[in-house]
Amino acid sequence: MPAKQPQVNLSPKGWDEIKTTTCYMCACRCGIRVHLKDGKVVYIDGNRDHPVNKGIICGKGASGIKQHYSPARLSKPLLRVGERGAGEFKEIEWDEALALATNWLGKVRAEDPRKLAFFTGRDQSQGLTGWWASQFGTMNYAAHGGFCSVNMAAAGLYTYGGAFWEFGEPDWKHTKYFLLFGVAEDHGSNPIKAGLGKLKARGAKFVSVNPVKTGYSAIADEWIGIKPGTDGLLVGALIHCLLAAQKIDGESLSRYTNAPWLVIENPGGADDGLILRNAAGTPLVWDASGGGSGGTKVAGTFGTNPSLLGRFSLPDGRKVVTSFTLIAERFATEAYSPEAVAPQCGVPAETTRRIAAELAHTAFNDTVELDIPWTDYLGRRHEKTIGRPVAMHAMRGISAHSNGFHTCRTIHILQILLGTIDCPGGSRYKPPFPKSIPPNVKPAGKPDQVKPNTPLPGPPLGFVTSPEDLLVDEQGTPQRIDKAYSWDAPLAAHGLMHMVINNAAKGAPYGVDVLFMYMANMSWNSAMNVPDTLKALTAKRADGEYVIPKIIYSDAYQSEMVHYADLILPDTTYLERWDCISMLDRPISEADGPADAIRHPVVEPDRDVRPFQTVLLDLGHRLGLPAMTKPDGSARYPGGYPDYIVNHERAPGLGPLAGFRGKDGTAAGRGPVNPDQLKAYIENGSHWFQELSDNMKYYRHVNWDYLDWATFFGFLPRPEPIIHQLYSETLQKFRLAARGHGKVVPPQQHRKRIETYFDPIPFWYAPFEGEMVSGDEFPLHAITQRPMAMYHSWGSQNAWLRQILGRNWLYMHKAKAAKLGIEDGDWVDVTSHHGKIKVQVKLVDGQNEDTVWTWNAIGKRRGSWGLAPDSPEGEKGFLLNHLISDLLPEHEGGYRYSNSDPVTGQAAWFDLKVRVAKAADQTAQSAPQFPALKPVRGKANV
Amino acid sequence: MTTLPAPSAKKLGLVIDLDTCVGCQACATSCKEWNAQGDGGPLTDTDAQGADISGPWFNRIHGYEVREDGRDDSRMVNFPRSCLHCETPACVTVCPTGASYKRAEDGIVLVNPDTCIGCKLCSWACPYGAREYDYTQGVMKKCTLCVDRIYNDNLVEEDRVPACVRACPTGARHFGDLGDERSAVSQLVKERGGFDLLPAMGYKPTNKYLPPRARRETYAAGVAPLPKGDGSVMEKLFSWADKLLSAAPKVEARANPQDNSDKLEG
Repeated sequence: MPAKQPQVNLSPKGWDEIKTTTCYMCACRCGIRVHLKDGKVVYIDGNRDHPVNKGIICGKGASGIKQHYSPARLSKPLLRVGERGAGEFKEIEWDEALALATNWLGKVRAEDPRKLAFFTGRDQSQGLTGWWASQFGTMNYAAHGGFCSVNMAAAGLYTYGGAFWEFGEPDWKHTKYFLLFGVAEDHGSNPIKAGLGKLKARGAKFVSVNPVKTGYSAIADEWIGIKPGTDGLLVGALIHCLLAAQKIDGESLSRYTNAPWLVIENPGGADDGLILRNAAGTPLVWDASGGGSGGTKVAGTFGTNPSLLGRFSLPDGRKVVTSFTLIAERFATEAYSPEAVAPQCGVPAETTRRIAAELAHTAFNDTVELDIPWTDYLGRRHEKTIGRPVAMHAMRGISAHSNGFHTCRTIHILQILLGTIDCPGGSRYKPPFPKSIPPNVKPAGKPDQVKPNTPLPGPPLGFVTSPEDLLVDEQGTPQRIDKAYSWDAPLAAHGLMHMVINNAAKGAPYGVDVLFMYMANMSWNSAMNVPDTLKALTAKRADGEYVIPKIIYSDAYQSEMVHYADLILPDTTYLERWDCISMLDRPISEADGPADAIRHPVVEPDRDVRPFQTVLLDLGHRLGLPAMTKPDGSARYPGGYPDYIVNHERAPGLGPLAGFRGKDGTAAGRGPVNPDQLKAYIENGSHWFQELSDNMKYYRHVNWDYLDWATFFGFLPRPEPIIHQLYSETLQKFRLAARGHGKVVPPQQHRKRIETYFDPIPFWYAPFEGEMVSGDEFPLHAITQRPMAMYHSWGSQNAWLRQILGRNWLYMHKAKAAKLGIEDGDWVDVTSHHGKIKVQVKLVDGQNEDTVWTWNAIGKRRGSWGLAPDSPEGEKGFLLNHLISDLLPEHEGGYRYSNSDPVTGQAAWFDLKVRVAKAADQTAQSAPQFPALKPVRGKANV
Repeated sequence: MTTLPAPSAKKLGLVIDLDTCVGCQACATSCKEWNAQGDGGPLTDTDAQGADISGPWFNRIHGYEVREDGRDDSRMVNFPRSCLHCETPACVTVCPTGASYKRAEDGIVLVNPDTCIGCKLCSWACPYGAREYDYTQGVMKKCTLCVDRIYNDNLVEEDRVPACVRACPTGARHFGDLGDERSAVSQLVKERGGFDLLPAMGYKPTNKYLPPRARRETYAAGVAPLPKGDGSVMEKLFSWADKLLSAAPKVEARANPQDNSDKLEG
């Protein structure tokens, strides 16, 4: 038959309108263009003008339609009428739902506000939710950072005023060597993918340190399959090699870090380990340039030539040492030599030495010079901007270990020694960072700050700088339900959401009356120890009342948590609501300048749901919270969240959105309220970005022009340099308290732990679980990786994404499996000190041999998420969570600390140790199986 | 059976970089959503919330562990698979109705849904597994190279590329005229040693794949090994620090009259 070429319509137009907004399929918050036809969403692509993604979109973002129209959407407020977990609900009207919530919350607020625990999950409105909690008067507030990235945030913010992930990014344009730690295919998603594409195009070298060779690691020029939890040793060894070769940026250490600051050496004394300061509190350095043996001078003074190394005697007889001497002595020891760390890391010494040589070569022999003059904080003009083009990035594989804080600090020390912070080709800050070290916000919630019907005097989350800032009473008892900012977890800057439910159920430190959660799947994949969490959620007192009496939950979907709540407030989808991606919260700025963005309803909800943020403001008014209520009793933000976004001011002229401020919409950063601000955002593609002038793009921690500008923008309290803190005096203050010095000292049982882990110089220690269980009994590490097509879009009800990954397997190294008599496709028992699961294995060889792993959060509880009960997610999918204890094994004295980093309280779910054996039961179903959840009446089954 | 038109000068196709593809599935779902809303749609998934979900996709991404010669570990390769728009496609020549055809002007291989009888001969003939049967509509589906995008007047110029190319976060997918030696895609194929899939089959695919680059696990040129620490690390550091001190200029020019040093944070 001859080819008969039909006519094809080459210019169809399947849409009648395109609206820009912000994606919510993961945490990257890319700009998207939503194509609509007859009011229905038909196509979503990336917004080319958007600073985050510049047009690209990922597998999840392009599946947003299926999330938006998911049959698992809730459709009306629900009130539980059966037992928790039974799925017996009745639909109620919003008036009744809000009246009930107001009644429950009002009672708590009038009696004891801390009995409200308000925790939000992957919340992108923490500027609002944290402020609401403070207005309510409870310090029991946090989002999901405690089990996500607080080790990264805290280590960065206490060391260099920025952090990996949202607060900084590699200089993709100039870097020549990129070292990535513990990132599978997430955090960030599109920005890292786009960046790797740029590096590949330029031929820059990319080294990935990760036990598993998938995702980003698969395309690395060099993959280092390290043993989980030993990255700190590897980085320590790199520092060791650089010190041994004197490949260190001495000039930037002298000028921009506390390396030359003098530390008092007075063993046993109350000032041991503190920084030597003058009467005004300014740190002192040793300057020998005046002749003789020299003497002290004020740090950072113009013309000072401080000694980086050395021990000195002061005229009053005290001994001092430069902080760099202490750092160097720590890492110069044989314990950090490549040969010494090789067996523990599983990395050959020769590889470590070569990486160190490459880092040194790139930083010092392959520098980048930009024709950009800039002026440092002392007024020294630099004719060119010099870059040491080594960039690093790290995330979950570092953060989710009990040694993550110190490991992350070690990585920052490496960056600082190489002089690569915020230089061309290095790791750059994203405004509003850098911030003061640490940021100038203290957590509220001390015993005398929590009063009935009264707001807290400050925000519930912040940064402590000494034991006096802790939220403990005179006996040292934790004040927060999650024990954040107590001796258990002093620097818990994001709270410990993972401890809330089980602490509340145990009444330790006390019980709660209302647990209020948003987008937090705490009965399933966001809980460590799922079985006991379910028990805690359903436990009853002798009088028949639940131990956690009231649970209010807001979510857009039928997640596993819905079944365990008493009152469900159904949320909208991300395409149906207003949001602001604010610099008061989790910014989306680029290294080249500040940015923020909005979401706006591109379609109207087709069910009886309300956006959570507007509901929260409504509840705030009903409760009479002062900032949400006008003096005449009317609502301060009657227009809900968009009203708040435009009209709320934290300080005069500073609001949630930085762009299009002022009466005419031309002010940026600081300016009066602009009633048409949201309209201006929508006209600008739903985002705002201001590129900094070239002289303010680099070395911003010490860049005079930038610091001035940042102060105007409200990012900094004063235009002061941000001196990198290699040696952490803050940590030393806690250590001194453990030695009995100061007004606030830890109870005896915590002293050894504080003394050990509040070392002012970073160090490596073995992750706790591995140390506390037998290595013979539990020889393998077990971790999760984030699947590229699912990361943060676990709502596996998404019909497209679940075709790509509808279940998970346990991945195991072929050689290890052969030794254990396990074959590909076998069902195996995986046992930890805490529990046992049965799962199916796949054998691979692109991974560390002593590790098993799986994709995160793919396993679903049967009956949830609008899925058929026999769906693979429930039948064959599984969670490692069941194996992870929320508490560490018993310590001396019987106390059980949370399974967390001892400094920050970060959940240590990558510390898991297991053994694997072929299961006696080879039936094709994962175990444990929980009773199938009864589908909740929603969009799927109205 | 269907005959092919005379070979076109213009040979539109894709160049896919296996060195850069991270397997993120952006191309797969972007393809699905574009084509679901267009003339090729609706690409309905059956049993969407159930145990046996399936639906037609024009582009699927596979991950393979590939053992390299002389090494005891594998390389993970992400491999996107879609129609290669062959120059001599058997899927066209086997078609009994003429529904499968190769466009005379640009070489794109398409299926006419009005004349496709769903006999599936083409999917048997294609060695690349590029064709998928749409059980809901009873016709064969395949990559159209977004023929409804690349010439589409309703799109701005830079968007007139296949949806997968526009989406790709790492820039691993390239679209262009492989019939033109001077085109960017042809140059890329030349520089990077782009190759055909299963060349021995003789179907002459238009799409090309770029191979993963060699790994870099040895000292690069110009990088010298660092001296090993020998127990005198601190001594050597002291002497380095002394040199640093003496090398520092005594007085430096000040560009700005203001001295901020008293504002030092600490």
